[in-house]
Amino acid sequence: MTVTSAHPQDRVDSTPAAKAAGGKVYTPYSFWFYLPTAVIYAVLFLVPTFASFYYSLTRWSLFESKFIGLDNFVTFFQEPALVKGFTNTLIYAVVTSGSKVVLGLLLAVLLTSRIIGRGYLRSVVFFPVLVSTVGVGLLFQVLMNPERGIINGALGVLGIDGPGWLTDPKWALMSIAAVDVWKGVGLATLIYIAGIVSIPREYMEAARVDGAGSWESFRRIVLPLCKPATVTVIILSLIGGLRSFELIWAMTRGGPGFTSDVISSVIYKQYQAGFYGLSTAGNVILFVVVTAIILPLSWFLNRKEVDM
Amino acid sequence: MSTAELVNHRPGRSYLLSAVAIVSSIVVFIIPFAFIVLTAVKDRQQSADLDFSWPHQFHFVQNFVDVVKARDYMLVIAFINSTILTVASVAGMVVLAAMAGFVLQRRKSRWNGFINFLVLSGLIIPPAVVPTIWVLQKLGLFKTMPGLILIEIAFGLSFCILLFRAFVATIPRELDEAAIIDGAGPLRLFFRVIFPLLRSVIITVVVVQSVNVFNDFVNPLYFLPGDKNATVQLTLYNFSGQFSTQYNLLFMDILLITIPPLIMFLFFNRQIVAGMTSGAVKG
Repeated sequence: MTVTSAHPQDRVDSTPAAKAAGGKVYTPYSFWFYLPTAVIYAVLFLVPTFASFYYSLTRWSLFESKFIGLDNFVTFFQEPALVKGFTNTLIYAVVTSGSKVVLGLLLAVLLTSRIIGRGYLRSVVFFPVLVSTVGVGLLFQVLMNPERGIINGALGVLGIDGPGWLTDPKWALMSIAAVDVWKGVGLATLIYIAGIVSIPREYMEAARVDGAGSWESFRRIVLPLCKPATVTVIILSLIGGLRSFELIWAMTRGGPGFTSDVISSVIYKQYQAGFYGLSTAGNVILFVVVTAIILPLSWFLNRKEVDM
Repeated sequence: MSTAELVNHRPGRSYLLSAVAIVSSIVVFIIPFAFIVLTAVKDRQQSADLDFSWPHQFHFVQNFVDVVKARDYMLVIAFINSTILTVASVAGMVVLAAMAGFVLQRRKSRWNGFINFLVLSGLIIPPAVVPTIWVLQKLGLFKTMPGLILIEIAFGLSFCILLFRAFVATIPRELDEAAIIDGAGPLRLFFRVIFPLLRSVIITVVVVQSVNVFNDFVNPLYFLPGDKNATVQLTLYNFSGQFSTQYNLLFMDILLITIPPLIMFLFFNRQIVAGMTSGAVKG
């Protein structure tokens, strides 16, 4: 009898023992197990998230708040500095995500092929993922120094006059995006490697027998069968890119001016300046941007599975 | 490994390709890390050149002592703080997420859809910063280590629950049933029977999340400000202002902070890879 009651789906034919225990079906999978998780998650994540919707509509000092309607959002989309942060967030996310997909796939194909030092290459590509983001930011801040940095030094040897990567408003955001790709491409590569390795060997052999070349097999087999990996890489890197803060803060603090500001750095700056309502409005905007991009995209990308 | 070898099946090409790959990996990845190490052992004057050169003199010990002593041993305090933070929050995450993931996988109820939705929201939604500070302040946990630990747990739970749920699915239900027949209650069943079986996924979660928490910069910045509470990532940030002319010390700090993840990487490469690629194949 106890055996049956171990199946939660068998709750209809409840056992006498369970009835005696208090009228409810006995299950070893107690809802109490959720309790600590639910409390922490609700108090520290759900409550702040819902509170943010209200406080974004107020002028707020943490102790008292005054309802001001949509003023914060109006400010956000009128101040050129804040609008710049908004557009930069989108540009940054798309550029880093796109580059990680392309480079990650290329590196994964390379690192699953028969080349020398494959283990070394995989490790070296992946290691930056584990290194402190702030550390990487400070490192590249030095490497990208316009006069003395080794990047411009190396370009100088080649006869190219390198720009002020982080000091030139035209380049700052893209330079940070490049460092983000440098640091994050290892994860994309790893995900793609896992995808490529799971493709049954027979497919490639069959393609070869049918006379497909490298490009054909890549185009017709690897690419479509790696779709789950592509979806994962796109979603993960878009979420990361839209929320990105650490690297930008470590490298330029949004500068020069506000040319490399993103929503997250605006949130921090407004928080530091004491504009809590405006900062929270930034949070709500970020929330809307992330969900408005990620949800339809993941639905669209997961809509059709490729037959294996 | 096996499959894509066939993509590049033309022989003879791979030597050139390997050479190109190895040379570019050295330029792109090894040189920046070598730069950290070289700059960390230079003297102050030479490090200010910011160039990639061999140190005239090795100042490893002296730089190490200087950076540790800086600001009243802030780095030592920071390492202690980071260790406490990492150990406590990862331990919390593992136990709580394993319990939740276990019940979520085993018990089919009408709440499951909603719970799964909450778990995924935790992965996607950016946490609202100032309202979180407001909540912490109401609880009296703002600017305290327990507060930050709970924050790290709350933000890390989703990822862990997904991993645990997937792994619990591979443990046969018959095992639960046998334990129940033998008289185990829910807690005993979980902690004595299931939890030990989760070992491999626990290692994955511990390794991935401890690297994440150790490297976390944003949450300590917002929720645990102040020099005496600094975590290692914040020392980097504080030093970068103070040491703007002492690159040798700044890079010594970066070097020291890179060592724990490096150790993790050397010992647990496989688990890290398993954790980070989970979901890549299934989608």
